[in-house]
Amino acid sequence: MGELNKKKAWELLPLLEKKEISAVELTQSCLAEIDRTGKKLNSFITVLADSALEKAREVDAKRSKNQPVGKLAGVPVAVKDIFCTKGVRTTCGSRILENFVPPYDATIIQKLKEADAVILGKTNMDEFAMGSSTEHSAFGPTLNPLNPAKVPGGSSGGSAAAVAAHQTILALGTDTGGSVRQPASLCGIAGFRPTYGVVSRYGLVAFASSLDQISPLAKDTRDLWLIADVISSHDRRDSTSIPERLFNYPYSDSNGKVELSRNTRFGIPKEFWGEGLSPEVRDAVQGAIDKVSKAGYKVEEVSLPALSAGIAVYYIICTAEASSNLARYDGVKYGLRVKDYADLFEMYAKTRAAGFGAEVKRRIILGTYVLSAGYYDAYYVKAQKVRAVMKKEFAEVFKKVDFLLGPTTPSVAFNVGEKTDNPLEMYLNDIYTVPINLAGVPAVSIPCGKNKEGLPMGLQIIGPQKKDEMVLKAAMALENLGIRA
Amino acid sequence: MADYESVIGLEVHAQLDTATKIFCGCSIEFGAEGNSQTCPICLGMPGVLPVLNKRAVELAIRSILATGGQVQPKSIFARKNYFYPDLPKGYQISQYERPLGLGGSLTIHFDGHGKTVGITRIHLEEDAGKSFHPEGRAIDYTLVDVNRCGVPLIEIVSEPDIRSSEEAYAYLVFLKQILQYTEVSTADMEKGKLRCDANVSIRPKGQKEFGTKTELKNMNSFRAVQKALEVEIARQIKIVESGGKVVQETLLWDEDKQSVHPMRAKEFSDDYRYFPEPDLLPLEVSAEWLETVRKELSELPEARRKRFAETYQLSDYDASLLTSERRVADYFETTVQLFPNSKTAANWINGEVFRFLKEKKISIGELKVTPIELAALLKKLDSGSLSSNMAKEVLAEMVETGKTVEAVVAQKGLVQESDESILDGWVQEVIAAFPKQTESYKGGKKQLLGFFVGETVKKSGGKANPKLVSTLVKKHLGE
Repeated sequence: MGELNKKKAWELLPLLEKKEISAVELTQSCLAEIDRTGKKLNSFITVLADSALEKAREVDAKRSKNQPVGKLAGVPVAVKDIFCTKGVRTTCGSRILENFVPPYDATIIQKLKEADAVILGKTNMDEFAMGSSTEHSAFGPTLNPLNPAKVPGGSSGGSAAAVAAHQTILALGTDTGGSVRQPASLCGIAGFRPTYGVVSRYGLVAFASSLDQISPLAKDTRDLWLIADVISSHDRRDSTSIPERLFNYPYSDSNGKVELSRNTRFGIPKEFWGEGLSPEVRDAVQGAIDKVSKAGYKVEEVSLPALSAGIAVYYIICTAEASSNLARYDGVKYGLRVKDYADLFEMYAKTRAAGFGAEVKRRIILGTYVLSAGYYDAYYVKAQKVRAVMKKEFAEVFKKVDFLLGPTTPSVAFNVGEKTDNPLEMYLNDIYTVPINLAGVPAVSIPCGKNKEGLPMGLQIIGPQKKDEMVLKAAMALENLGIRA
Repeated sequence: MADYESVIGLEVHAQLDTATKIFCGCSIEFGAEGNSQTCPICLGMPGVLPVLNKRAVELAIRSILATGGQVQPKSIFARKNYFYPDLPKGYQISQYERPLGLGGSLTIHFDGHGKTVGITRIHLEEDAGKSFHPEGRAIDYTLVDVNRCGVPLIEIVSEPDIRSSEEAYAYLVFLKQILQYTEVSTADMEKGKLRCDANVSIRPKGQKEFGTKTELKNMNSFRAVQKALEVEIARQIKIVESGGKVVQETLLWDEDKQSVHPMRAKEFSDDYRYFPEPDLLPLEVSAEWLETVRKELSELPEARRKRFAETYQLSDYDASLLTSERRVADYFETTVQLFPNSKTAANWINGEVFRFLKEKKISIGELKVTPIELAALLKKLDSGSLSSNMAKEVLAEMVETGKTVEAVVAQKGLVQESDESILDGWVQEVIAAFPKQTESYKGGKKQLLGFFVGETVKKSGGKANPKLVSTLVKKHLGE
């Protein structure tokens, strides 16, 4: 069967079903790849080889006895180390949780287990999901499999690298401001951020609660669809989880050739073409748009003026929420506590000073500042107002067009170490992704070509709230137009 | 010396009488072993999320309706951020800019006049845990009990309408009564289910502007609130009289020293960085839901007092006594269901039963005599099988031992003699002993019937059933 780990889940499932391959074989092929390149790329914080093989054997046994199996039976999945896993340490890429072993499973971990997926391990990430390069991990940076001198993007860089390096078939990350779409774009794979509330956040270690969204990474859109169907569900343990079921896989077009009506209208927000967009990304995205246009779809320029405030609004809201969400890491109950302290206050200060990295501290301080008396109205309240305007602009534009198209990131993968000393430049890498989180709408990033160095670029397809399946359908239709080339 | 008036506002925290915590399924049973009523959610583990307890909302709505406030169709939870070991998340989920209840008032009866105290707001929040600071030279640690974390509370904030420490006391007593009546809270202060902080300032009588206020905390009883206010009002007057200025600060009441002292700077934080809780949706109360809660709202004390006076034909005094506490009123109503002579029941509860409660310093819930047994006792009294004195003796024994009426009566041999052959003997002896009176009776002086009955009962040592004796006397002497 050749290299099983290079195949897609939708190709592998029929083979597993027909018992042409076994889950153990498939799992072993992924584990072998992790053995070969895992250390170098530093994509995993914890590899769960034993439990993965055990699960694979269990699935094979079920199939051999013709017992019913779950929707992802035997398919290897890597999960970001931000999801609580019962009995398996969950670090969030931080010293402060270096030895934290959760007493419970996140809802999505339960969902994966029920679907009989094989969980390979926990992937590296920017500490508490704060970053765009996976360099802000207490466990060292993850490298881009396509060029180890480059970053894989972040914060779900470990998950993206693991998929791109064929160490896993599927992966889960979180997308708070672009943390799945941006690394997908930089690693040349597909990433999907569903509508806010589609996937339960219970057991996801919170960074910015109103923006955090569990999001899958895969080699193509069809695989994203497959895993989105498994992880999405209403969960009464998450009050912000939405009651509707938005996915249905397998969908009606069984041949993979998704028919998208030729009347479909694509809008190109002019705010996405401003300063900072690198010429090579601009050309690649323009090339993709030309193919869409040539295929007979309607393409028109649109405007969402509030987009220009995206980064500013995002860094006020996400830091405000983070400053509160991370208050629980105080050395009292779990995680790190320093040894020498004179009193309670010093224990807090020294523990948090030792446990958090620079980027996390920067954001806690920023968030504490914007919520402080005297600044709350000027920053937090104003940011929320702009966020409301942004939501409204998205709702309005989707009355005119069905989808929005644009670049996922302003540039290709940058060098390791290039932006770590310049936070603002790092933040600007998320300029096209954060508005989607602020508006809570679904978006997919798919590859749309490579530059001369062979570094991939991503096209972002954005849709209206709760039209997740339509967004996936559009992305598949675009993939079929050959925009990847 | 100028005449001063004090301006007082009270903040009362009441624990809602739910089965479980406000954001998770843990029990809130009082007195459990430390840290035994916890789960990842109330422990503030990474990744957990709150889910609002619907019952807590309903009880909070009741409290708003019972105090005449407006239940807001949309209210918002907010995070109050501060670091403390007994606050596992590093923030308390409360309501801030948009509380569940706005407005309302309580009219307290005080010094013979009615006084209306406005309610500013009622909001929902979770309690924090409890820190224990053991003392001793070798001890360098603090213990934290998380059982209280997430216990549902309402905070009831009054307007600064209270003008004296006595009024404050009366307000608290009345508020507690309402919370108990509506079963919003058991409101036991000793179990920490009701807590009160006070804001107080003084001003020369007639002045419109408020003076600088201080906040009083750490009072563990209503009397302590009253006393702390007295002490603080006197302190403020002394400062102003001597030309000084009152400093706005938080003061802690010291029950042992009967004095107030400022909180140490580290014990509080002045910037809680409130912001809307992103893990919870806005709380929306539909008109239908509000109606459902309104329907289950129990009768308020004032309405019950009026109904008691009318339905049971009781004096205002008796009716107020019986409705002073919900459980007393319930006790009375159960008793009269089994023993319909409401006057007698009221007299016995307000008289004998209250006397025992006072004597033993217990509440009616702790009384060993159930309404069923009290009704049985009163029936025996009514039928004449026990005299009034006997009944009192029996009740005393029941209160002590919790035995039934039947058991006590049997044990004490307090059965009224109703055997006609025995009674007949006594009656005949009495008739024989009083020939003059017998003549008079036969001659038409029927009012002497009582004399014969009395003499017979006396002869029996109090045991003779007076009703039967009366019949027998009539039989022998003719109608």
